[in-house]
Amino acid sequence: MVNKATRATDTLIGHDTWNIQLDKNGQLKHFLTIEGLSTELLTSILDTAESFANINEQSVKKVPLLRGKTIANLFFEASTRTRNTFELAAKRLSADVLNVNISTSATSKGETLMDTLQNLQAMQCDMFVVRHNASGAAHYIANRVAPGISVINAGDGSHSHPTQGMLDMFTIRRNKGADFGSLRVAIVGDVLHSRVARSQIHALNILNTGNVRVIAPKTLLPTGIEDMGVEVFNNMEEGIRDADVIIMLRLQKERMQGALLPSEQEFYQMYGLTEKRLSLAKDDAIVMHPGPINRGVEIESSVADGPQSVILDQVTYGISVRMAVMSMALGREAGTSEVEK
Amino acid sequence: MSQLLIKNGLLLDPASELNHKADLYIENGHIVAIDKAPENFSAEQTIDAQDLTVIPGIVDLCARLREPGLENKATIYSETIAAAMSGITTLCCPPDTDPVIDEPAVVELINHKAANAAHSNVLMLGALTTGLKGELLSEMQALQIAGCVGLSNARLPIENTLVLKRAYAYAANCGLTVFIEPDDHWLSAGGCAHDGTIASRLGLKGIPVSAETVALARALEIVAETGVKAHFGRLSSAASVAMIRRAKDDGLNITADVSAHQLHLNELDISSFNSTCHVLPPLRNQRDQEALQRGVADGTLDAICSDHQPHNPDAKEAPFASTEPGISALTTLLPLATRLADQGIIDIETIVRAITSAPASILGMNTGSLSIGASADICIVNRNTNWQLDESNIYSAGKNSPFIGWNFQTRAEHTVIGGVLIHSHQD
Repeated sequence: MVNKATRATDTLIGHDTWNIQLDKNGQLKHFLTIEGLSTELLTSILDTAESFANINEQSVKKVPLLRGKTIANLFFEASTRTRNTFELAAKRLSADVLNVNISTSATSKGETLMDTLQNLQAMQCDMFVVRHNASGAAHYIANRVAPGISVINAGDGSHSHPTQGMLDMFTIRRNKGADFGSLRVAIVGDVLHSRVARSQIHALNILNTGNVRVIAPKTLLPTGIEDMGVEVFNNMEEGIRDADVIIMLRLQKERMQGALLPSEQEFYQMYGLTEKRLSLAKDDAIVMHPGPINRGVEIESSVADGPQSVILDQVTYGISVRMAVMSMALGREAGTSEVEK
Repeated sequence: MSQLLIKNGLLLDPASELNHKADLYIENGHIVAIDKAPENFSAEQTIDAQDLTVIPGIVDLCARLREPGLENKATIYSETIAAAMSGITTLCCPPDTDPVIDEPAVVELINHKAANAAHSNVLMLGALTTGLKGELLSEMQALQIAGCVGLSNARLPIENTLVLKRAYAYAANCGLTVFIEPDDHWLSAGGCAHDGTIASRLGLKGIPVSAETVALARALEIVAETGVKAHFGRLSSAASVAMIRRAKDDGLNITADVSAHQLHLNELDISSFNSTCHVLPPLRNQRDQEALQRGVADGTLDAICSDHQPHNPDAKEAPFASTEPGISALTTLLPLATRLADQGIIDIETIVRAITSAPASILGMNTGSLSIGASADICIVNRNTNWQLDESNIYSAGKNSPFIGWNFQTRAEHTVIGGVLIHSHQD
């Protein structure tokens, strides 16, 4: 509903989403976007993830936190890494997991998104982990599910991928410490289509990062991106200089079709992360990538596999961060305190 | 001899320079006298308009009735009744029905249905090109004879500029106005929101202002060259208002309108993925919204229309970009327009002109005024009431409105069409 009060010009974007994500005690109920969440809440996700990281390093990697809970992975869009780590995270929390690959089942038979959800709701799930190619799909679902069900956004269109954003923060914190204020972070590549970049930008700003930069050609930058709290560079050499963290984004092959870029080769020439360019960043800079990587398109193989790369650590940490978010959303009364013991 | 008296009302009609309390005498569908009763007048029916404002019947330049083609959303019957209940006595529908209004049989079908519904008058724009495909000229003269008041390609593109030029030239040849919704479909393709900060944050594909201005600039050049009379509808940006102002200053024979929702909403309203605010052209930023308001205030934008697009509920039940664009807007045209006067943004005379005499003149009608001899299409307005919009008082079959929950001061109390009292509001 739009009324004068909620659409006054001083209303901050994210206010509505903030409301829907938190329960009346201010605890995380749904995790749809990082935008609008507090520094304290993000820090608490990272701290909780830290405690799970220790569990994941033990030989028996399982805790009984979500025993008896059912989590449905609803992937309306293909995914390997994200779905697998969500599944592992749920299983390590002792939840029952239902994997629903929807792109090949119901909706292709003409069932609407809402009908699909109601059917799954009838199976008495406690949480939906949702990936969908439409921006806002997770909000749409969270606004319509039964009150007891939590919704975790596993990526919606170009809008948001909050667990990826948080696992990236976790990776930065593990490598660079908790003081984000002294860090210079550069995000490189197709920001226009990237839900990951948007989530990272929100998270970095909420955690008070000293300097957040995006580096991309003008055709791959969203309009008004500066207003999200980033410094914009079109030149890789200038943008990467003295960076502490370099996050490379995946360049999808179909971007050449829309006349956004002339060729992969030219993109690599201008924006590819080579060893030579990496030397412009700080000596101890870390290199990140949400995967899957395109070697020779956005990153040189020797950099991806090199000593500064933490790309595979990101995947590992993804499990801990997803365990943290799931346990916080589903175990709001007892969950987190049990972990901290 | 049907005789109707509207007494004690404040007559407000800027076109006839009326702004005083007087009685209005109507006979055989026409206004026959103001103030003093003509000889032998004995009213069969009297409307007491004490504390009410009497304005010409509202003329809506763009309302989609969904028939023929999308009767699951609305019908000519349902929408003309909704229009009459909202004070709209004439509405004009664009040619993008199914089948397209590109031959006389479709015009006859719509006229027949509208006559049977016997509420608001329905006017039509014929297709500028066959099937709105932008390739071949429609039979413009045949459409004119069948009753089309103008020609349009709706929001569909005429890619070939030579076809565009010939279509405008041929329309000029027939003496018909072309109604243009400027949109460069290459720039707007796949977009669902203003290409700005909000769309960028939400990850929605943006439609840049240039989608409108590029098409507008192209059309203005061809209008100047062919001399066709042109009307530009549903403008959304400050840049377009400036271009229209310049073209009018240059002496071009053009008019323009804006939809009422563009004067009240902007891109911030989609920030929680509110699909009722999914419209085309998209809601732009606050500066654009203010420039559109100034455009109406200074007369650059001649008219305010509803851009009525009723939907079935399912059409708005999906993630934002997958929903169908448009607002069910007949009910809110008058209250949203007068709200700008209540807020002190635009004076009431300009508002009344923009929803009555200005659109009537753009459509080439001699209604839209309270002058003696004019057709008695009249809207009697309560400007001092308080009501809240909800689904039950949206009279259209489509309940898709972002204004549900808003409080309004103005309501159409009585609607007179062709001298007949068609609707009176019941509390």
